[in-house]
Amino acid sequence: MLIVPTFIGVTLLSFTLIHLVPGDPIEARVGERGIAPERLAALRHEFGYDQPLWKQFVDYEVQVVHGDLGVSLVTRQTVWSEFLTLFPATIELAFCAIGFAVLIGIPLGVVAALRRGTPFDYGLMGASVTGASMPIFWWGLMMILVFSVGFGWTPVSGRVSDMYFVEPWSGFMLIDCWFSDDEGACRSTLSHLILPTIVLGTIPLANFARMTRSAMLEVLGEDYIRTARAKGLSGMRVTVVHALRNALIPVVTVIGLSVGGLLGGAILTETIFAWPGVGHWIIESIQRRDYPVLQGGTLLIAIIVIGVNLGVDMLYSVLNPRIRR
Amino acid sequence: MSATVAMPSRLTLFWRSFAENRGAVFGLGLMVVLIVVAALADVLALHTPIEQFRDNFLTPPVWAAEGDWHFPLGTDDVGRDMLSRLIYGARLSLMIGFSVVAVALIIGTTLGLTAAFAGGVVDVFIMRMVDVILVFPSLLLAIVVVAILGPGMFNAMLAVAVVTLPGYIRLSRASALVELNRDYVTATRAAGASTLRLMFDTVLPNCMAPLIVHATLGFSTAILDAAALGFLGLGAQPPTPEWGTMLAGALQYYQRAWWVLAFPGFAILMTVLAFNLFGDGLRDALDPKLKR
Repeated sequence: MLIVPTFIGVTLLSFTLIHLVPGDPIEARVGERGIAPERLAALRHEFGYDQPLWKQFVDYEVQVVHGDLGVSLVTRQTVWSEFLTLFPATIELAFCAIGFAVLIGIPLGVVAALRRGTPFDYGLMGASVTGASMPIFWWGLMMILVFSVGFGWTPVSGRVSDMYFVEPWSGFMLIDCWFSDDEGACRSTLSHLILPTIVLGTIPLANFARMTRSAMLEVLGEDYIRTARAKGLSGMRVTVVHALRNALIPVVTVIGLSVGGLLGGAILTETIFAWPGVGHWIIESIQRRDYPVLQGGTLLIAIIVIGVNLGVDMLYSVLNPRIRR
Repeated sequence: MSATVAMPSRLTLFWRSFAENRGAVFGLGLMVVLIVVAALADVLALHTPIEQFRDNFLTPPVWAAEGDWHFPLGTDDVGRDMLSRLIYGARLSLMIGFSVVAVALIIGTTLGLTAAFAGGVVDVFIMRMVDVILVFPSLLLAIVVVAILGPGMFNAMLAVAVVTLPGYIRLSRASALVELNRDYVTATRAAGASTLRLMFDTVLPNCMAPLIVHATLGFSTAILDAAALGFLGLGAQPPTPEWGTMLAGALQYYQRAWWVLAFPGFAILMTVLAFNLFGDGLRDALDPKLKR
């Protein structure tokens, strides 16, 4: 129920920020060259910047609730339609990054917990604090320098090579190229995905490994683990069924809460790899002074984060019956 | 000094428990190096950070074939000495980290204590605001704030301070709420202390431990986010030797000259790592409850 005030607060914040632009968005976009005063007034009227502030806010609120996020000052397309065409690229990248981080981070954390105090444990913890401190915009460029420029293994940027045309059916390149039956396109898509996935997945990977390790250490000290061992169950079964299942509860929360940071990281990753997603779009909107896009895109990302947090809350009560009421 | 066996001082006890964590000691060492380098930048740097040597564009580091001892880590595209720029960059980064943390700590703690002491509508209002800020990915919000205020180092620092506020507000409010029920607070209140005195003189000192840890870790967030903004062209502007801005400047030719890319990023990584390791160690040493 706290969603309604949070939502109003989020829209109020995104509204306020745009109105802190010196002058108004039209004036800022026009720049110092200026245009005819009549044209300026007409544009202001068209975008509603000539109304009193409170009225603009009420109008904005009504529009947002109706799913109308305004029109790009540059392309004249609706912000929503631009977002829809670009968002699948971001989801695809974020999904791969989370998958990469989960598939590698959780097993590493489990092994570190089982071998507590060994060189492997120390090495992994050192690596994970380093990974969590990583400036990913530098990390991505170093990867390009080594693997794309140095070895020539992976492409430098984009989602798929220009040599292939893939029918944009779902917007998810992996799905589209699968159905296009074009093996070359699939290979190209995969090779374009590898580096961005690793770069965006690095910080989550480090966090998941650390989190899994400490959650496992906590669980491994519990009585029921000793009971399970005493019953003569195999080490593997105790680790996976008894320990890991319980240790995963806090880890799932961390995974859910990392989505916000991931979308922030996507801005940097997409900028480095010229990945045509939402983050790239937002940075471009800043360079073009396209304030409706900046405002709408930011708001949509915030709404996604609210949705994911809600989902995590619900998932948490499914996973952890103790907090169910 | 007397010859009797005394209890070890609090500082000694703290150091013992801190020094158990080798990572933390390493972090502290790195921090000391950074602070010394930043303080002695004028002495250590061979050149000024913006001096352009027109005969030495993209000179590689000394150990490479065409290296030159005048430029130990090479030069960039307009012939500026990389090492000197990195050294002055350390000064900038520490300054950014310190200013951002100081602003966020002071404003955040004041707001958090106000929420805890005032309760009611004020509390709800402040905490709603925190929830709203937390919904935005911090880097995105910082980007938007800078995009609107205009690029520049000051605005970037302001933006990062704003997006890191929620942590300080929540922490100080939570610890203050715990302290408020303690007898010593009631006693001080009964003795007639003003609310301001209660807030900052009675309660705040007892809430400091988690805030200090959070502030130390906040240094790394601040430095990282400010560098990211610099990289996106929204932070410090060229020719300022800010590490993130240096990386942005290297984008056009880093494939020919790896050193213009490798060193500034490595400097960011090491700085952030130092504060993270130190902060983790500090948390373990200050809060024995967390240790296992």
